[in-house]
Amino acid sequence: MRYLPLDASDRALMLARVGAADIDALFSDIPADKRLAGLLDMPGSMSEIEVERMLTRMAARNVAAGSVPFFLGAGAYRHHLPASVDHLIQRSEFLTSYTPYQPEIAQGTLHALFEFQTQVAALTGMEVANASMYDGSTACAEAMLMAHRLTRRNRAALSGGLHPQYADVAATLAKLAGDEIVRMPLDVRASEDIGAEIDDATSCVIVQTPDFFGNLRDLMPIAAAAHAHGALLIAVFTEAVSLGAVRSPGEMGADIVVGEGQSIGNALNFGGPYLGLFAARQKYVRQMPGRLAGETVDADGRRSFVLTLSTREQHIRREKATSNICTNSGLCALAFSIHLTLLGEAGLRRLARVNHAHAVDLAERLGAIEGVSVLNEAFFNEFTIRTPRDAQGLIEDLARRGVIGGLPASRLAPDAGLDDLVVIAATELSSAADRAAYAAALAQCL
Amino acid sequence: MNSQGRPTRPTPARPARRDSFTGNRALDMEEALIFETGRLDATGVDIEEPPPFAARLGRHARAGEIGLPGLSEPEAVRHYVRLSRNNYSIDAGLYPLGSCTMKHNPRLNEKMARLPGFCDVHPLQPISTAQGALELIDALAHKLLTMTGMSAVAMSPKAGAHGELCGMMAIKAAVAARGEEQTRRVVLVPDSAHGTNPASAALIGFSVRAVPAGADGVVSAQSVRAALGPDVAAIMLTNPNTCGLFEREIVAIADAMHEAGAYFYCDGANFNAVVGKTRPGDLGVDVMHINLHKTFSTPHGGGGPGAGPVVFSDRLAPFAPVPHVVRNGGALDLVEHGKGSLAFGRMSAFHGQMGMFVRALAFILSHGADGLKQASEDAVLAANYVRASLVDLIAAPFGERACMHEVLFDDRWLKDAGLTTLDFAKAMIDEGYHPMTVYFPLVVHGAMLIEPTESESKASLDLFIMTLRDLAMSALAGERERFLDAPRHAPRRRLDETRAARQPILRWTKPASA
Amino acid sequence: MSEIRFTKDHEYVRIDGDVGTVGISDHAQQQLGDVVFVELPALGAKFDQGAGAAVVESVKAASDVFAPVSGVVVAVNSEVDAEPALINQDALGRGWIMKIKLADPKELETLMNQSDYDAFLTTLA
Repeated sequence: MRYLPLDASDRALMLARVGAADIDALFSDIPADKRLAGLLDMPGSMSEIEVERMLTRMAARNVAAGSVPFFLGAGAYRHHLPASVDHLIQRSEFLTSYTPYQPEIAQGTLHALFEFQTQVAALTGMEVANASMYDGSTACAEAMLMAHRLTRRNRAALSGGLHPQYADVAATLAKLAGDEIVRMPLDVRASEDIGAEIDDATSCVIVQTPDFFGNLRDLMPIAAAAHAHGALLIAVFTEAVSLGAVRSPGEMGADIVVGEGQSIGNALNFGGPYLGLFAARQKYVRQMPGRLAGETVDADGRRSFVLTLSTREQHIRREKATSNICTNSGLCALAFSIHLTLLGEAGLRRLARVNHAHAVDLAERLGAIEGVSVLNEAFFNEFTIRTPRDAQGLIEDLARRGVIGGLPASRLAPDAGLDDLVVIAATELSSAADRAAYAAALAQCL
Repeated sequence: MNSQGRPTRPTPARPARRDSFTGNRALDMEEALIFETGRLDATGVDIEEPPPFAARLGRHARAGEIGLPGLSEPEAVRHYVRLSRNNYSIDAGLYPLGSCTMKHNPRLNEKMARLPGFCDVHPLQPISTAQGALELIDALAHKLLTMTGMSAVAMSPKAGAHGELCGMMAIKAAVAARGEEQTRRVVLVPDSAHGTNPASAALIGFSVRAVPAGADGVVSAQSVRAALGPDVAAIMLTNPNTCGLFEREIVAIADAMHEAGAYFYCDGANFNAVVGKTRPGDLGVDVMHINLHKTFSTPHGGGGPGAGPVVFSDRLAPFAPVPHVVRNGGALDLVEHGKGSLAFGRMSAFHGQMGMFVRALAFILSHGADGLKQASEDAVLAANYVRASLVDLIAAPFGERACMHEVLFDDRWLKDAGLTTLDFAKAMIDEGYHPMTVYFPLVVHGAMLIEPTESESKASLDLFIMTLRDLAMSALAGERERFLDAPRHAPRRRLDETRAARQPILRWTKPASA
Repeated sequence: MSEIRFTKDHEYVRIDGDVGTVGISDHAQQQLGDVVFVELPALGAKFDQGAGAAVVESVKAASDVFAPVSGVVVAVNSEVDAEPALINQDALGRGWIMKIKLADPKELETLMNQSDYDAFLTTLA
């Protein structure tokens, strides 16, 4: 078998050194009646040719986003990945290296993480960022727990503009941890008064901008309301490219900023692996979950990087840790960092402008169709339309016509009265021809 | 908590060493930060400025500098290539990290994961356009159930620790369904457990009660019974355990837990030892997470991403979280909402680490039933070969009996040499090896946990063994500089970790004068 | 002359009237390695004897500081907050952690004096 270097004579020599009669002697601690007599009930080994054939066939049963006009966002966004990014992350030393616990032979990873942390802090307008979490939704839940620890309270208020699955994750954790959650009703028009939900028992308010429906929200009054009661503002974003065009949450007074980094450097991958970004004010750093790379020197006085403030983490604090998290999203964070370095500030801003331009154009085209109304005042690259028919059926019809038209909002929030709403995203990859095709197909489906 | 510290500041510190004008040593190169070499207006991506249009950002437009430098493509490529060369990797050498299973990462996996039909699919596309993705998830789920002999699987946890949290949440939900949420608040955890075990339990309000292993390194059913009470919700046991031993009383322990109305969580980090040899479901396990990045070869990527699907027994299957794949006639569908079921909730947005599923399935298909069994046997054989070849020189608390896929040593034998496990580990670096897992598990002093995996040739194992023997004999002969000065040949010498913690610098900041 | 007492967990309390100055012993700081951070209790916090009152962190370890006596925290050492290395350099002097106003001086009888503690340390080796 091509991945197993030992042959029969190797095994015989090794067994002899060990002093075991046969290999099963080394498994004798397994209770006799629990040892598998034969092989597992699955096919035998397969060559590369056979595996490729099987998996290629499976992959062909999916519609690749790049093969059709594509307008789906709702927490994951289709952007162009420069060729160098995927090439660089496949270098052996990045792909097959372990967590940098031995810093002398992991400066590549640690140096890149230090750069990543700086980029995330700059992007979010915050003072410090960690080396990444699993994804935006778990980062959001961890931020909630961090706010509970800092304020010594356990009630979180969740905006109705928060991605419904992010809210579900936070609610699951709160329910099982015995904490309280106030979940505002889904807020299509960004008209909620979340300030009214904040009191002296509130530990944090969690608000997303751009929100799930695409609205841009002013966090400053919410920050003020939270701080007036000794609560923290946790700002959430799901489209990292938006930070190249919209005001950062840090500028608006957020205490903790979390979000999904997939848009930069990482493919759609049917939902994972993704990249949780987590940033906060410096004074809260000891309550931050996740790994942190820090600067120091080595015995020769050369600048070096090392994982630091580890006493927050599970391998030291165990049941008193800030989190149970062990991995970060290392390779995805590297891809993010490489892509952002290639873009640079000017490139990111231009990319954001293109995204916004395409979304504005699409909104105009769709809004011009009879019966369709665009519900957002201000938006970045995502907006919501109301249509005269049920959104789920509409999206299925569009798919049959070869257009992926967006998310029927009721898919993530059934029974919320959103059955006629579609959340639509446009990126730099949504060409004018694609946008025209969508408008034409939509008109035909109504 | 772990309260046993160790030296974290190299002494004596020396002034900076410069052997050349650049500070480089031929192919061993120094590299600056992008913030020092990049420019805010430089870019390596060509993007056409859109024609003028009326923006709709309202008053939310971002003004002011962000602080993100850019590089042209050649500069960026050179930067990251040079960084990469300062990393050790599996592709370059043996990583004997116990409980990490650093096996070869097949490139077929990378090729399959990059098929557009897998990587260019959005999780919320209409289900009819993602049937192949659901088929893959279902196929992998089925393989995991076959290997573990369990009833149901949650594919959504994003990493091992996330899977532990998922399993413990299911247990808490099951306990609550019986109305015992207020009474059953304790989880039994052996001291040898990985830190994520008590951390996961504590996250959802369980308190942890230690259950000791015996002198033979395994937990006895008797000590479990002694720790059991009506206040116990579950035990969290790693099998094989972190000392590299099969928990031979596991069936009796499972029985004891079930008789007491409690559940059995198994940490599956060491599953590589027993795939195809025994099934956790047959041993009485109620729930177990599987680390795809350990047992099933998905790459570690410098720290992640991982994936931690969780298998459930009949007892706990009803409480598994959403989402999961179901068959509706000939087509596949996704259950995304728990309403009307006992599902305890949702672990993360979307459906799980699809990219890692493709890789793991490619690995499992490649090995097949015969290959998986052979891999486990080779992994266990390799660890025992290392044990038998070192136990005369390096103290092993359970060295006289067979281990599973990893072997545990401690630092008793170094005492008279005045050296520590850390010193020994750093000297391995100079020999071209990543050190083994050190100072874990906490149950022995100065632990050294070695897991070679099935991916090493006999020649590779022989060289590794001979190197460790050479180092051990050197230590015992009093050749201290080899260890105290180590590593001497790595891109960096020992770091001042004290300074990093006392004066944390967690990001680059523009110098005031600039 | 102020008396000093030690616990089995390597805390000390140095008595002056009804106030005890609490810290960790020299043995404890050696075990921990370079101290990088101290989590101090709040002024006015009340602890029973043996309750976790503070945490001392080194790079690789964290150690609870259990209150050697019951009482109220009347002072915390801001110097170790700024310069945790003081605990390594002078654990029994400038590296003190907190001052507790004793609720029950009789508790001191349950603790070890200097010579008993030194003897205790030899049994640990």
